[in-house]
Amino acid sequence: MGLLPLGAIGTVGEPVISVRDLGLTFVGKKGAEPIEVLRSINLEVMAGEFVCIVGPSGCGKTTLLNIITGFLKQSTGDVLVQGTPVKGPDPRRIFVFQDNGVFPWLTVEQNIGFGIARRPREEQRETVHRYVQMVGLTGFEKAYPRELSGGMRQRVEIARALAPNPEIIYMDEPFGALDFITRLKMRADLTRIWQEEKKTILFVTHDIEESVQLADRVVVLSSRPGTIRKQIRIDLPRPRDLDSFEYLNARDEIFHTIGMSLKVGSG
Amino acid sequence: MGLSEDEMKKSILLPLAVLLVLCVLWDGAVLLSKSDIFPRPYQVFLGIVELIQHGLLLKYVVASLFRVSVGFVLAVLVGVPLGLLLGWFRPAFLAFNPVIQLLRPISPIAWIPIAILWFKVDDRAPIFLIFLSSLFPITVTAIAAVQNIQPVYVRAAQNFGVTRIDLFRRVIFPACLPQIITSLRIALGIAWLVVVAAEMIAVNSGLGYLIIDARNAGKRYDLVVAGMLMIGLIGLILDLLIRRLERFEEVKWGYSH
Repeated sequence: MGLLPLGAIGTVGEPVISVRDLGLTFVGKKGAEPIEVLRSINLEVMAGEFVCIVGPSGCGKTTLLNIITGFLKQSTGDVLVQGTPVKGPDPRRIFVFQDNGVFPWLTVEQNIGFGIARRPREEQRETVHRYVQMVGLTGFEKAYPRELSGGMRQRVEIARALAPNPEIIYMDEPFGALDFITRLKMRADLTRIWQEEKKTILFVTHDIEESVQLADRVVVLSSRPGTIRKQIRIDLPRPRDLDSFEYLNARDEIFHTIGMSLKVGSG
Repeated sequence: MGLSEDEMKKSILLPLAVLLVLCVLWDGAVLLSKSDIFPRPYQVFLGIVELIQHGLLLKYVVASLFRVSVGFVLAVLVGVPLGLLLGWFRPAFLAFNPVIQLLRPISPIAWIPIAILWFKVDDRAPIFLIFLSSLFPITVTAIAAVQNIQPVYVRAAQNFGVTRIDLFRRVIFPACLPQIITSLRIALGIAWLVVVAAEMIAVNSGLGYLIIDARNAGKRYDLVVAGMLMIGLIGLILDLLIRRLERFEEVKWGYSH
């Protein structure tokens, strides 16, 4: 299918994220049945790749991301990131939260500079300035989050994640709380930033359209216990034409994998 | 936020009208009852003038404010760090919370005999009582603020690899600050209530002493009511002052307008 964007070929070199036979079972209270959340997940993400994880709600996709980040411990299997087992959060990999992750007591520029406070002043200033521009918040440097719209706050969060120059960015439904039009705009901006910054992005969403618009590869999870149903490569050039046959094809394939019909209402 | 000019006028004139009506009712009630002890409003006014002329009003107000300030500041210096630490370190919370919950319901007034035993009739007794009465609301609020902090803030900060001290200084403390400020406001209100009670028993100056002394030394109820009005007025001013803390940009997010 189509042209292959640079860095999107997931078969060259060593993977930066490597999940091997991962499983998670929550042992509940005494007498209660243990809940198996994830089962035998095998996943590799290459440097510079943009991978989306989609699946029905409750399938464990956020849990999987939390394990890869180190916020949560798996029951079985291994997670290797940049060659070493994950022990906890690491500033070389930054997590972008769904909402409210920005600190309301700091201004836009203070938020963006949060992760680089130990660097020389001049460098901090330049970096903050650069990312304020990149996410389109020029003029709002001194504003507080409560004075911004939801979309603008999410831009702050993305800029804050980029500022320490991490190698990997984890995103957990970062646009989930935004309205449709803002979401489209944010996706276009994220794609542009990803192309400029050449980061590896692992992006969790329940929105199938979103995954096809953004990703080099879409990982489809089944409902609980979450297993990988299918991995679909999206070899479409960017910016993506949302009317193209290939786009619709990829989208329908995911819908089909999840087991959903594209018709609404009774026949 | 800006009130219109009309609104401003109303917010001044209406309360003044209520005050005037209350004074008239008060005056009428005293006249009707033919009481020769209960003062009429103008007598209270003259009482205030008399207190000012004798230099007593300023002296007593300063004495009361001094005790409240020292006791309150001590309570802030102890209560805020203590609350933040107990909120953060679970074992410390489990160890100390029952003691706090046991001491908390004891009215500061109940401590008066012990305060006199330890500090004699001296400024330290009311200061101790104010310290106690302010300490609990501040500590308990700070504990709850830390325990209810949004986990996403902590996780976001940890993700950037901050040290524990930085996490406390740059995230936990600012995240709890709006609630802490609210607790300071409540604590100061309580402190002002308590100083009056403490001064009635434990010392020989201050607005509380003025009230009890005016009654004991000659049934001067004009001075009693004058003292009460001063207590109300100063309490109002204290509250207005401490509310200004809520207007800082760093904490505004914590208050719904």
